[in-house]
Amino acid sequence: MTQEGSLPRSGRTEAVGGTAEQASGTVHPGPSRPGADELVQLIDHHGVRHPHGHYDGLVADVDGPALQKLYEDMVVVRRIDAEATALQRQGELALWPPLLGQEAAQIGSGRALRSDDFVFSSYRENAVAYCRGVDLADILRVWRGNASSGWDPYTINMATPQVIIGAQTLHATGYAMGIINDGADAVAVAYFGDGATSQGDVNEAMVFAASYQAPVVFFCQNNHWAISEPVGLQAHVPIARRAPGFGIPSVRVDGNDVLACLAVTREALARARSGGGPTFIEAVTYRMGPHTTADDPTRYRDANELEDWAARDPLARLATLLDSLGLLEADYTDSVKAKADAVAAELRQGCLSMPEPAPSDVFKHVYSTPNSWLDRQQDHYERYLASFSQAPQEGSR
Amino acid sequence: MTTMTFGRAITAGLRRAMDDDPRVILMGEDIGKLGGVFRITDGLQKDFGPHRVLDSPLAEAGIMGTAVGMAYRGYRPVVEIQFDGFIYPAFDQIVCQVAKLHYRTQGAVKMPITIRVPFGGGIGSPEHHSESPEAYFTHTSGLRVVSVSNPQDAYTMIQQAIACDDPVLYFEPKRRYHVKGEVDEAADPASSDLGAARVVTAGSDVTLVTYGPLVSTARDAAIAASDDGISIEVIDLRSLAPIDFATVEASVRKTGRLVITHEAAQSGGLGAEIAASITERCFDYLEHAPVRVTGFDIPYPYSKLEFHHLPDLDRILDGVDRVMRRPNSLSGLDGAPTSEGAAL
Repeated sequence: MTQEGSLPRSGRTEAVGGTAEQASGTVHPGPSRPGADELVQLIDHHGVRHPHGHYDGLVADVDGPALQKLYEDMVVVRRIDAEATALQRQGELALWPPLLGQEAAQIGSGRALRSDDFVFSSYRENAVAYCRGVDLADILRVWRGNASSGWDPYTINMATPQVIIGAQTLHATGYAMGIINDGADAVAVAYFGDGATSQGDVNEAMVFAASYQAPVVFFCQNNHWAISEPVGLQAHVPIARRAPGFGIPSVRVDGNDVLACLAVTREALARARSGGGPTFIEAVTYRMGPHTTADDPTRYRDANELEDWAARDPLARLATLLDSLGLLEADYTDSVKAKADAVAAELRQGCLSMPEPAPSDVFKHVYSTPNSWLDRQQDHYERYLASFSQAPQEGSR
Repeated sequence: MTTMTFGRAITAGLRRAMDDDPRVILMGEDIGKLGGVFRITDGLQKDFGPHRVLDSPLAEAGIMGTAVGMAYRGYRPVVEIQFDGFIYPAFDQIVCQVAKLHYRTQGAVKMPITIRVPFGGGIGSPEHHSESPEAYFTHTSGLRVVSVSNPQDAYTMIQQAIACDDPVLYFEPKRRYHVKGEVDEAADPASSDLGAARVVTAGSDVTLVTYGPLVSTARDAAIAASDDGISIEVIDLRSLAPIDFATVEASVRKTGRLVITHEAAQSGGLGAEIAASITERCFDYLEHAPVRVTGFDIPYPYSKLEFHHLPDLDRILDGVDRVMRRPNSLSGLDGAPTSEGAAL
């Protein structure tokens, strides 16, 4: 297809909600910085492509087939999410953190990365892991309880998901400092949520990143809720305003607009590769599901809010745009559905066929060198387990 | 052999490790031009450059967390915590990240980070500058914890710690920094085991176990006790996690009596672990319950009182008298063991 110029664009602009103030239900007066809080948006929630003097150039190569691929990615990861949720409900997973609603933020940013870039994520970035090429069952390994992590980080250049909130931002920054020492042009990317911005680690990461001009991109998915705490409890002003105080340029992007997320991430990566240092991206999106499957969001958030955000759904708007371009024909949508079905089946099969870990695995990899304490404990426990096979089947004790 | 101070021996060990491996990077507050508040990194930034000796922002979690990222990238960071009491802001990164990443990733990610911690008291410092936090870390699986007591060990063990693929907390007794000793700089660090304890003085009546700042005090106690005809075997643990129990066990089987001394508070401290483990392993050999001579369960006191808190030669000898059932400060106390062998 389709050259950049052939996509339909209206000249109109439309405000997209999602400020910190709105989420809390309270408007907090803050310093005025006209223009700085505006969201970068290329596709609005009606599926209308808007021109942008700066960011269009960064996605000039995204033609019709490329847009279709982004749509396919989002459909597939939404399906992964639904399948994993079902597996949890069926008792096959202990827990699952859904990403429903955040597909555009993760696919748009994830597809901007190069294979030698390195991702440090939280536990909700399953779509980013998909972009990195993770084996599907590996996504579930932790949640099934079969391992502490699903994959070898060096096989897909993505650290295993971080549970401690915000800790990974420092790891990304340190990794980026290593990139400088190596003279390489890779970039480290840290994914975290709005709640993490309250953590000391995130703020310290920004200090270090700015001080050393580390090639790191801070990608904050402001999904409006840190479990039951609204973003207004974390930030009285838009989160993107924070980074400039550390000397880090920042941008707010419509996190439900996959094309805009791709554009701003590409810009941030290019800045980092060229020695321009870190960038902070606030992708304003919404977690449409619970924090995890153990959660009940009806206890803490208003149904109308969910309805408002459902109307800004990242998949629906891209589908509308594709349809308007004649790119949503039945053979295409059938192929996307078939892909999603296949991925879901592979995911389920991978989950159900996962081998049970052996009891002695509990002692493995605590240290990379022998440890006399642990060796003794393992020896004693193995003797204990072996005693069952030597004991009478019934009777005593 | 070269005569050098304990502090200089660490510097020499760091220099040699950096010479041998370009992936060794030093990180910490004030470690560059200043050479660290104790001057342990003196001259290293000048010789190796600011990319290998990084002056860090004043943020302990930040230093530790970025060291994790450096290790992810294949570096071997050596982190300096300026004072023992400043390690707590980095606690999460140490116990949840540094200690666990190898386990979490099924061995895929190594964390060969050495964390240097000037620790312990006796130098008249203000609050937060004289703590003994080692037990927090020996309780954390995935970490190795060592403490050095003399220049030769300081020189050798810093290189062993850096070469170790596991994270190592390297506790430096700051009151020993200026003590001189002989160092064999040609010694090959690979020829000895980082986890091995050292028998400082051989003895047959009492096993006296300690580490770091109290090793020389324990040795003095052994000399003093010999005047009373008591033969003390002093063991410098060197490795606090794992503890070389085989060496302690062999000694206790010989002596039948165990005294453990450390500066750290008593409750939940290493002394408790050693007493329990040795009792489990050597119960039938013990002539007396193990005795601990430790710091009190108090916040570190202000400097005019710190020598009441810190075990000294006489308090250690009093502990020795208790396991020897000789008259001691607790003699006659209801329920306390006495020279007549009252109920334990």
